[in-house]
Parts: sequence; structure tokens; C-alpha cells
Amino acid sequence: MSPLNEQQAKEYWRRNLSLMVKLLVIWFVVSYGFGIILVDVLNQIQIGGYKLGFWFAQQGSIYVFVVLIFYYAKKMAALDREFGVEEE
Amino acid sequence: MDLQTLTYIVVGATFALYIGIAFWARAASTKDFYVAGGGIHPVQNGMATAADWMSAASFISMAGLISLSYGGYGGSVFLMGWTGGYVILAMLLAPYLRKYGKFTVPEFIGDRFYSKSARAVAVICLIICSVTYVIGQMKGVGVAFSRFLEVEYDTGLYVGMTIVFFYAVLGGMKGITYTQIAQYCVLILAYTIPAIFISLQLTGNPIPQLGLGSTLAGTDVYLLDKLDMMVTDLGFQEYTTNVRLSTVNMFAYTLSLMVGTAGLPHVIIRFFTVPKVKDARSSAGWALVFIAILYTTAPAVAGMARLNLMQTIEPEPGKYLAYDERPVWFKNWEKTGLLQYEDKNGDGLIQYSANAETNEMVKIDNDIMVLANPEIARLPNWVIALVAAGGLAAALSTAAGLLLAIASAISHDLMKGIFTPGIGEKAELMASRIAMAGAIAVAGYLGLNPPGFAAGTVALAFGLAASSIFPALMMGIFSKGVTKEGAIAGMVAGIGVTLFYVFQHKGIMFIPGTAFLGDTPANWFMGIEPNAFGCVGAVVNFAVAFAVSKVTAAPPERIRELVEHVRVPVGAGEATGH
Repeated sequence: MSPLNEQQAKEYWRRNLSLMVKLLVIWFVVSYGFGIILVDVLNQIQIGGYKLGFWFAQQGSIYVFVVLIFYYAKKMAALDREFGVEEE
Repeated sequence: MDLQTLTYIVVGATFALYIGIAFWARAASTKDFYVAGGGIHPVQNGMATAADWMSAASFISMAGLISLSYGGYGGSVFLMGWTGGYVILAMLLAPYLRKYGKFTVPEFIGDRFYSKSARAVAVICLIICSVTYVIGQMKGVGVAFSRFLEVEYDTGLYVGMTIVFFYAVLGGMKGITYTQIAQYCVLILAYTIPAIFISLQLTGNPIPQLGLGSTLAGTDVYLLDKLDMMVTDLGFQEYTTNVRLSTVNMFAYTLSLMVGTAGLPHVIIRFFTVPKVKDARSSAGWALVFIAILYTTAPAVAGMARLNLMQTIEPEPGKYLAYDERPVWFKNWEKTGLLQYEDKNGDGLIQYSANAETNEMVKIDNDIMVLANPEIARLPNWVIALVAAGGLAAALSTAAGLLLAIASAISHDLMKGIFTPGIGEKAELMASRIAMAGAIAVAGYLGLNPPGFAAGTVALAFGLAASSIFPALMMGIFSKGVTKEGAIAGMVAGIGVTLFYVFQHKGIMFIPGTAFLGDTPANWFMGIEPNAFGCVGAVVNFAVAFAVSKVTAAPPERIRELVEHVRVPVGAGEATGH
């Protein structure tokens, strides 16, 4: 059985969802936003030999994805400890 | 030492390593066989997942797919699509499924939707996805052997099957995990070493990811600007802005690949092997780190190999290479049929152009970009031998992961779960080994006699995973209200719509002549090509599942408890089959 009462379980899940939504917005913006929808606008900016939109589509979005997962893992581990639901 | 001998030595050494691991990591229980005992370190699992994930297609074909077929920027759909799925997997699926702690994906679907029918539907989806996918890997093994070791395609396939048989049947997930770790090391070295050399030669920068954005060595011209200029001179679309059909299509394509990635069972079950929920989250991050090393190198290989190829054919604007003076690698790959030249105007020169009428490079296979890369850059023979071993490692590791997903669905879901529930531990372990051996035989047969539709099937596997398995799993975790009727109807509708769309444009079961709508943008729904349609199938799945759930009896109370239980890490215990 979960050690959380109904109220706590709701709160834990709400905090998880809100973290997830924030990170998924970033996930969406760097790939679908910068890499696809706004690519022409970003391509006006050049960094070294890379047009910025092209860079996000072929490089940048992937780096951001990696950071997002580790950030989520770290934040969730802290949330687990706060609610006392981490595994021993 | 000549290249042939060197290749035999390098490939032979890697195979001896895989077999050694097979004997060391034998499975003693069903838990070893299905989830490697549940004690794999998250970084190790990340590495194994990366090898599991990166197939013959990622290793051999992707760079060429980006630079030739998809003409540069358009190929970004693969780069973003095949990596972004891990973000969804890490947040929406992996930790909760690990918490539930069962052996297979259909098992969760069957329990959450309190229905053996739901489990059976999930097994069918899983088998269709995985079998179509494994055919491509078997072909990859045969092709790699025949090109690098100059043995018959069939012989290569038998050798590959024997190796997989050893470690997959003996060791199950345990053997597969440790061989995948070794295979990752082989394939990533084989991919990055040639890329580093080529980047160094072209730009003076040893890091390919930076080299692609640098100036060409000894000039102040950016590599990508030069590439854009050369392709537009030949009549192609500009490399860095060449959209794949339309913005809507690129959006749908990327989304389908991401959702499909997150829904592929052979990837999901890798996360059942780590000890804790917390490990499942971080392990997805490690997997993506190891994948990203190849996936951020691939666009550099794509751009640089294309540039090298064009500069070989047309060293200066308007000055074409004479066919008689073509380099050795050109001749070598002509023999395999991957490069073809036709002197259309009879001047003995090689004219490469976007115009099909005058283009004399009548065939440049995508695979050339990776396979011929070390030769174009004049790298030493041991690098070429390593590329052969890398291609084989990529194909074998993915094949083994898929075969395990198929075998466990048969022995654990169909036999233990549905048909013979009374079966004991020892008998189930034996059944799983037999199922594995059977799966290898079937995959080998299909590799030897690829059905006519084999070419289109990897895209189909993603479409089906996206439209059936992913939505069912996500609703199972994030909604307490979706009912068994809803889930089953959703899966059937999702797959149905996706298959219907693919078949109407590509032919029923891909049989030529049975397509009843031409495969052209004008006939496509919102201009979305069939390979990119999985995300639409997923939306249909969600919509149907919620609608049907509204009008059917709510799930029993214990299902609400099950969902509550899955959402909180504590009390995960170890993965179990009961």
C-alpha cells in the first residue's frame, strides 16, 4: 500500500505533472518550435557556419533532450524524498 | 596485412567476445531470462539500450538518408524523431512500468485493463511491430557480411543467426544485455573514428559536431555554405533549408517517430532490468547520452561525405572527373551496385546533377555515405575493418532485443498468461528458450526470403507502435477511467486507421497494384506521407478509447488502486512474473 494518504498522493501527482508539463513545453519548443515551425526565422541568425534553425533541428534539440531527462530524474528524486516515497 | 584478412580478424574477435559473454552470462531463472535478474546498473542499461535501439539502419543508412534521400535539413525528422522519444519515455512511461514490475508490456496492458483480450491484442500489436522490424536487421547482417567479407548473403545470415542463438537462447535478457554493452562500444568506435578523421581533414577540427559548423581548412568559407552552393549549382534544393515536403509533414513525421520510439516494446522492456524506479528515469537519460553521440555525429557525416563525394566528381566548377580516372573506392562500390554510372552524353566525364535527364550518377545508394566514408578519406585498413564490425554489432544487438520481446510475449503472455497458466518456473524457462529459438528461425527465414513488403516495414513498425501500444500504455498510467472496452477499441481503431492509410497509398499488404489511391501529396490527408501517419493513428486511438470509456461501465475499484500504486515509487520490489 502507498504510505501516502489521499491528499498527499494527489499533491505528489500534481507536482509530478506540473514538472512534466514544464519540461515537455521546452521539449516541444526546441524541436517542433525552433527546429520546424520557426526554422526560417531562426535561420536568419548564424552561429559560426550553422544557421540557428538548422542547428536546433540537427544538433541543439538533441542536447536539450538529454538535459531535460536528467533534470527530470533529479527533480523527481528530490520530490520522492520530500514525500518519503523513495525506495530504500 | 590485406584488408580482407584484417576484417576477418576484427569481426572474428568481436564474435568470440560475444560468445564468451554468452557462456559467462547464462540465465538460471525466468527472471534472468526476461529482465536480466533486475540488477542492471542504470549506466550499463543505458549503454545496452543504445545498442538495442541503434539498428543497422541507424548505423549504415541514416547518414545517407539525411544527406541524399532527404537532401539535408529534411533528414532532421530522423534526428529529432529517434531521440526525442526518449524524453517521452522517461517521463510518461518507463518509471511507472518499472514500478509495476512485471516482465512484459502486454502483461501491464492486460492487468490495467483487466482483460485477457486486451493482453492478446497487445501481443498481436507487439509481434507485428517486432517481426517487421527484425526482418530489416536480418537483412542488415546478411548485407554487412556479403559486402565486407565477400561471402554469400545466405552464409552471412546463417553465421549471424548462430551467434545470436548462442547468447540469446542461453542467456536471455541477461546474455543480451552484456553483449549489447560490448556491441555498443564496438559500434560507437566504428562510427566516430572515421568521422573524426574526416572532420579533421576537411575543417581542421577533430570534433565532427563542431566541424560541420566550421570553415573549410585553409579557407574562410564555411563548410555548410560551400555545401549549399555546390548542391544548388547542380540543381538540388539548398542543403540547410530543404524541407521534407511540407512543414506539416515534417511535424507529423517527427511526432510519429517520437511516439513510435516510446511505444516500441523491445525498448521499453530494457527499463525493466534496472533495480529501482529512480534508475529507470536516469537510465533513459544515459541511453540518450549514448545514442546522442552517434546521432549528433550522423549529420556531420552526412554533410561531409556529401561534400567529399561531390568534390571528387566535380573538383572545380564545370570541371568533371574523367570516368577512367575515378578513384579505387569508386570502382569497389560500383562492383556492389551501390554506385552506378552511365555515360549519357558519351564524353567520358562524370556529370552529376539533379536533372534526371542529364545526371550520369544514376545510382548513389544511401548506404555509401557511411560504408565508403573511410575509403574516401583514405583511412587505414583497420578503420575499414572496424566499420564492418560496427555494422554487424548494430544489426545483431537490435535483432537480439527484438527477438527477446517476441519470445517473452509468446512464452510469458500467450502460454503462461493465457493458454497454460499452471506452467511452472522450470517449464516456463524452457518454453522461453524454445520460443527464442523459434523466433530466430522465423526471423532467419524471413531474412532469407524477404516478403515483398519488407522495404516499407520499418516505417510501418513505428506507425503501429505509435498508434497502438503507446496510447494504451499512457492511458493506463494517466487515466483511471479508461475501461477495457475503451482500450481495446482504441488499439484496434488506431492500428486500423494507420494500416488503412498506408495500404491505400502503398498497396494492400504492399502488393503492387492494389493501392486504390495514388501515393502523391495531392491524395494525402493534409499532405502527410504514409510513413508519417502514426501520430494521426495515435490521436484516433486516444479519441476512440475515451469515447468508448464514457459509455461503458467504469473500471473496478482495484484498478483505481493499481493506478495509484503505479504512480508512486515506493514498494516497487523486484520485477516479477506473478
